[in-house]
Amino acid sequence: MSVLGKLDWSAIPIDQPIPLAAGGGAIALMLAALGWVTVKGHWPYLWREWITSVDHKRIGVMYVVLALAMLVRGFIDAIMMRTHQALTVGGGSGYLPPEHFNQIFSAHGTIMIFFGAMPFMVGLMNFVVPLQLGVRDVAFPRLNSTAFWLTASGALLVNLSLVLGEFARTGWLPYAPLSERSYSPGVGVDYYLWAVQIGGVGTLMAGINIVTTIVKTRAPGMGYLRMPMFCWTALCASMLIVAAFPILTATLTMLTLDRYLGFHFFTNAAGGSPMMFVNLIWAWGHPEVYILILPAFGVFSEVIATFSGKPLFGYRSMVAATLFITVVSFMVWLHHFFTMGAGANVNAAFGIATSIIAVGTGVKIYNWLFTMYGGRLRFPTPMLWSLGFLFTFIIGGMTGVLLAVPAADFILHNSLFLVAHFHNVIVSGTVFGAIAGYTFWFPKAFGFTLDERWGKRAFWLSLAGFVIVFGALYIAGLEGMTRRLQHVAVAQWGPLLYVSVAGVAVMIAGVAAQITQLVVSIRRRDALRDDTGDPWEGRSLEWATPSPPPAFNFATLPEVGGEEPYWRIKERAIASQQERSASDYEPITMPRRSATGFVTAFFATVIGFAMVWQIWWLAALGLVCAYGAFVAFAWRDENEDTFSAEEVARIERARRGAAA
Amino acid sequence: MSVIAPRVPRAALALALAGLASGCSGASVLDPAGPVAEGNRANLLSALAIMLAIVVPTLIAIIAFAWWFRAGNPRAKHRPEFVFSGRIELVVWSIPLLVILFLSGVIWIGSHRLAPEAPLGPAGRALEVQVVSLDWKWLFIYPDEGIATVDRLVVPAGRPIRFRLTSASVMNAFFVPRLGSMIYAMNGMETHLHLQADRPGRYYGQSAQFSGDGFADMHFTLQAVPPPEFARWTAEIRGTGRTLDRTSYRALAQQGHAARGLAFGRVDPGLFGAIVTQAIPPAAGPKPAPGGQQVSG
Repeated sequence: MSVLGKLDWSAIPIDQPIPLAAGGGAIALMLAALGWVTVKGHWPYLWREWITSVDHKRIGVMYVVLALAMLVRGFIDAIMMRTHQALTVGGGSGYLPPEHFNQIFSAHGTIMIFFGAMPFMVGLMNFVVPLQLGVRDVAFPRLNSTAFWLTASGALLVNLSLVLGEFARTGWLPYAPLSERSYSPGVGVDYYLWAVQIGGVGTLMAGINIVTTIVKTRAPGMGYLRMPMFCWTALCASMLIVAAFPILTATLTMLTLDRYLGFHFFTNAAGGSPMMFVNLIWAWGHPEVYILILPAFGVFSEVIATFSGKPLFGYRSMVAATLFITVVSFMVWLHHFFTMGAGANVNAAFGIATSIIAVGTGVKIYNWLFTMYGGRLRFPTPMLWSLGFLFTFIIGGMTGVLLAVPAADFILHNSLFLVAHFHNVIVSGTVFGAIAGYTFWFPKAFGFTLDERWGKRAFWLSLAGFVIVFGALYIAGLEGMTRRLQHVAVAQWGPLLYVSVAGVAVMIAGVAAQITQLVVSIRRRDALRDDTGDPWEGRSLEWATPSPPPAFNFATLPEVGGEEPYWRIKERAIASQQERSASDYEPITMPRRSATGFVTAFFATVIGFAMVWQIWWLAALGLVCAYGAFVAFAWRDENEDTFSAEEVARIERARRGAAA
Repeated sequence: MSVIAPRVPRAALALALAGLASGCSGASVLDPAGPVAEGNRANLLSALAIMLAIVVPTLIAIIAFAWWFRAGNPRAKHRPEFVFSGRIELVVWSIPLLVILFLSGVIWIGSHRLAPEAPLGPAGRALEVQVVSLDWKWLFIYPDEGIATVDRLVVPAGRPIRFRLTSASVMNAFFVPRLGSMIYAMNGMETHLHLQADRPGRYYGQSAQFSGDGFADMHFTLQAVPPPEFARWTAEIRGTGRTLDRTSYRALAQQGHAARGLAFGRVDPGLFGAIVTQAIPPAAGPKPAPGGQQVSG
């Protein structure tokens, strides 16, 4: 074996124009961005204020930036799949050979779930939770930075497979035995394993961090039942992360051992059980669905309450429903494979358990409905996304319960009906929630609101495109069309596939409008500036501090007293802050910026890359260096910066002065 | 297969969905051609009817509430302190619970009546077909007739078929949409499925579980013929010279589509059992290629 393991020049897909052009384009774009930063001399600023930042707000923003970029990448994959498949109707060959098409749908799922939807949700939680709790940062700020950079490292590895070697051709969950070395000897599954493993460890760290933050560091007096709903859903989603991600880590480790060291956990031969892989991956995978959707439920709760001008209806009932979903989500995984033939009793039990989850979701929907009842509804962009969610998510939930009926699932499993269902819930649940949250909290992060006109255009176009695409796919599923077909043998499916391509075109316009909104808003930022820190008449503590919040979030920590209901906390906090004179401020100690996370993640990328290509010496070197970074971090004796009382007072006066 | 939902909504639904089924692809799951598919569809429509009863009013309420309580409507009563009502909570918990109660009945009864392993009709009447999924084609063995075919499944109309399924290599799912239920085919495992085609006809079949590069070509035709014609057909296949034994199976199990349409007049009777018990080792996959790639075949 050579010094570079399996890596040689043939890893670059010279003969495949599409990945080559895509990879080349991405590299050119990255070089251009890096060049621009260098020419403008922004490196010191980026390094000091962002890359090494341990501020939960900065890290939250970086998570969302990563997520937005990956959502676009995953969307491009989706455009290719839909157009290619439509071109193969009636015997056409399309433009993607099977080995490429299979990589694209695998990458689409992997990127959208692990590096699009997940970072978006974790980013929102990171940014919002400490502000809503009235605290200065998360419980473990440096762990937070490490968690983010590990996620970014995973995303980088997936995208690297575009230009070096190949990505998995197995689907986004690499079912054994197809993913075993005997049926997937290429590096594709290895890229998947190391990228998801590294990113997954990052997610686990983020989950531990958020759970600890919520459980241990709430503002004085903020009992659990005074927390905003978003904190509750963040807590539940993070508890799910802590409980479920170790299953993913263990499962992928077992598959890695199978592939690298000839173990037989999931192989056909020597007593391995591929069915065990399917069980384990869904034992993580079903809670994962709720990890994605619960924070979005929290966003909708905040947005609907705010723009109804009312507190959330049935708060305690909502908390109960969230906890109910959290627990039951661990008891339903088998509904992903009723067709494995486990028997009528097992299927019926899991089918009933699955439909029981719908009770919790149903309760939430009615409580949102009654939040609107008697309110004074305003319809800015975040509210539109929330109403769009309410309307479409009910349909997605209904088709989900249809799939939970085993005898119906027997004809819908792995059909385009299933594909339409999970896009229906993930897009109109998680993605609509992510965009609603992004629009809602953007002014908090940057001090100016996003352009409403482009926001509304983006909403209506995306909603229309989404309904057309997945409406057509629902029907195609009922017409017997199954998923992941590189070409279609039944010509009558053609019209439905063409309709879905038309829907994709509308969605492209929606995404373009969303990007335009950001560009237009940055250009018009002076006109859109919000000096009040509370542009929406919000109901929780994050709106009690200026926008963007100072590094320490609150000059004086809000106190949540007595029996007052949670939604009055904000007003009291604002009042008490305004009463303060300069002498009331006290010095604030904040964690010092640290490169540990970035350096560790850099070496994690090196390890992952080296393991994919079996460059053993490089993997060992990466491991030693990553450990070295940890030791160097542990050796530091100064971990904190202190803002003096005068400094705090000055920052606070400047911000309040701007608002006055 | 009986139906659990009330007759009227079911008829209305069937009408509404008839539009879908009529322009149909010949593979529509809403256009059943056998008792199992009818049962599947009935379950689907019953569950849909039960849920629409609650979903439709909710959708209307969302639009109505959002419209009526808009900030610009002076006639809407503003109730900013309306944040809890025990009665409403009772209702919003009990409505979904009741729906799920109904649905649980549908789920329980349906999954028992339509259990893939449950025989259709009296024992001994069914035709046994052994199915082996290969990379990337389907091998159908008729043990009683002593014949085998590739990607071509001929069955007598009106007679139950008892499928015993396994896989030579990776997972696949055996699916004939118009006949109903699908089931996984897995190496080292044997799964069972019972189907029946009521009328003669040609039905599209496809693997529904992704299995590698040649997956999209893993479709086949299930042809239901009148029983006398089935007898003629088996005799005809038996007349062809080819024998399916371990040697020819090994060649067949290699990746690719070259074997499509092949038929065997004689079959080693222990072959299926040997595949299931892995007495014949699992078939090989693609070969590694330079640059971290892999090539099939």
